[in-house]
Amino acid sequence: MSRLITRRNFLRTSAIAGSGLILAGCDQFDFLADKTGPGRQIMERANVLTYQAQRLIMGDQTLAREYSASEIRQGQRPNGSTDPTTPEYVALRDSNFAGYTLKITGLVQQPQSFTLDQLRNMPARSQITRHDCVEGWSCIAKWTGTPLGPLLDMAMVKPEARYAVYHCYDNIQRTLSGDILYYTSSDLIDAYHPQSLLSYGLNDQVLPVSNGAPIRLRIERALGYKQPKFLHTVELVASLDGFGKGRGGYWEDVGYDWYGGI
Amino acid sequence: MTELSAAPGKGPLIYRQSVWTRVTHWVWAICLFFLLLTGLQIFNAHPSLYIGQQSGFEFDNAVLSIGAVNSDAGPRGQTMVLGHTLDTTGLLGVSGTADRPVFTAFPGAVTIPSYRDLGTGRVVHFFFGWIFVATMLIWFVASFINGHIKRDIVPGGADIRGVPRDVADHATLKFKHGRSYGPLQKLAYFSVFFILFPLIVATGLTMSPGMNAFAPWMLDLFGGRQTARTIHFITMALLVAFFVIHIIMVVAAGPINELRSMITGWYRASPGTPTAQGDKP
Repeated sequence: MSRLITRRNFLRTSAIAGSGLILAGCDQFDFLADKTGPGRQIMERANVLTYQAQRLIMGDQTLAREYSASEIRQGQRPNGSTDPTTPEYVALRDSNFAGYTLKITGLVQQPQSFTLDQLRNMPARSQITRHDCVEGWSCIAKWTGTPLGPLLDMAMVKPEARYAVYHCYDNIQRTLSGDILYYTSSDLIDAYHPQSLLSYGLNDQVLPVSNGAPIRLRIERALGYKQPKFLHTVELVASLDGFGKGRGGYWEDVGYDWYGGI
Repeated sequence: MTELSAAPGKGPLIYRQSVWTRVTHWVWAICLFFLLLTGLQIFNAHPSLYIGQQSGFEFDNAVLSIGAVNSDAGPRGQTMVLGHTLDTTGLLGVSGTADRPVFTAFPGAVTIPSYRDLGTGRVVHFFFGWIFVATMLIWFVASFINGHIKRDIVPGGADIRGVPRDVADHATLKFKHGRSYGPLQKLAYFSVFFILFPLIVATGLTMSPGMNAFAPWMLDLFGGRQTARTIHFITMALLVAFFVIHIIMVVAAGPINELRSMITGWYRASPGTPTAQGDKP
């Protein structure tokens, strides 16, 4: 058998190998976008593994990195909804959030309600942190607010509560059958994390509407879609079923991972 | 022991690739295929790369940016690399046909899914990321124990001295099919296994805010989250370059023999290769 590599043989085999590459990129893997498909369901288990692995290695109280003031080199880039149009929100915004209250409800012994003034007079924390969008970009800004944990303690969270669901005024998607409102959720570790602030200040200014006024929750060890803007209610629940499509948030219902720490 | 004599004009058939090498090879091949195509999907969500902790929106620290601009002749794809702007219409920034242009950085032909779907891209990317890393661990332990790393991967002094001759042999398409790898093969595989693979995993993890809290030193090691993202992308490009050369070399060195060795483990060595116990004629 001849083992000669002729130019013709070489080109022919290269062309066959190359055509495989071009075929590869067609749409035969688009079925993975179907969230009910078995392949997708198996693959989503990897996100549970990521969540469990990170919770295992990372201390519950371990802080996200905080930066120095010199690292604030630009304004916080607004993303997602920058001006909700729900009637309740528009009325609040036009009255400079005078009638705004933040509610803590659900599996608590003492439901709570706080006005913006009350929140601003609570012990405050400021942190200069890096905001990482799921799209890939990052932006460093100073966030000022009051930690959520002590407020949850005031509400006395019941032992059966496993998640905190964050409800927002943000009508991020307007459909023929009505507005879809933004919501997301976290476990209680993130809810009680010392850097999880109900923020009302951004870069030493009052939090602007485009960044989530009057209150935006910071969950600093997760991506931007876990930092709900225009927040009005924190609901303690045992299960995420029954909210949206049951995946724990607006973007999660679209197909993003619930944990959002990667 | 009687000397085994191979068929005339043929070297001995040697058992060159252990089952660990073969299985991890193909698992990696599948993983890297999905990781690449979903990685480009993820990149398309924000097709710019930066140096530093953050992305400059009000200052400029971008080193690569792919986008579309309007011109008199219709939309054009533009790619900026280190300050130089290139027209990449049809390939990057704008692809598809003139009546139905597609405005994604990388075209749908090289992304999974073929349309914009960041959520699905991330699910598939992380799934194969886990398998990729698990396979790395299995490969390392198995190859350390069975001697594959020492025998075939880590270049020794003789390998380094043999590089010029091996370069000349490759340039003239003269390949020696021996019992172990040649100098350039060792250097290539050493770079992939001990530099590019660990680098692409570590820079990937450095993009995770959770990992940043656990191991903030990784941010310092790579010079910030956005630099890590840039290094992740460059490492991807180097692995693609490795893949292209790898395929060319398999084809040039005899695709049937090379494929057989990576499927069955058995490899036809060059004539004149000394036989050893376990060889077949």
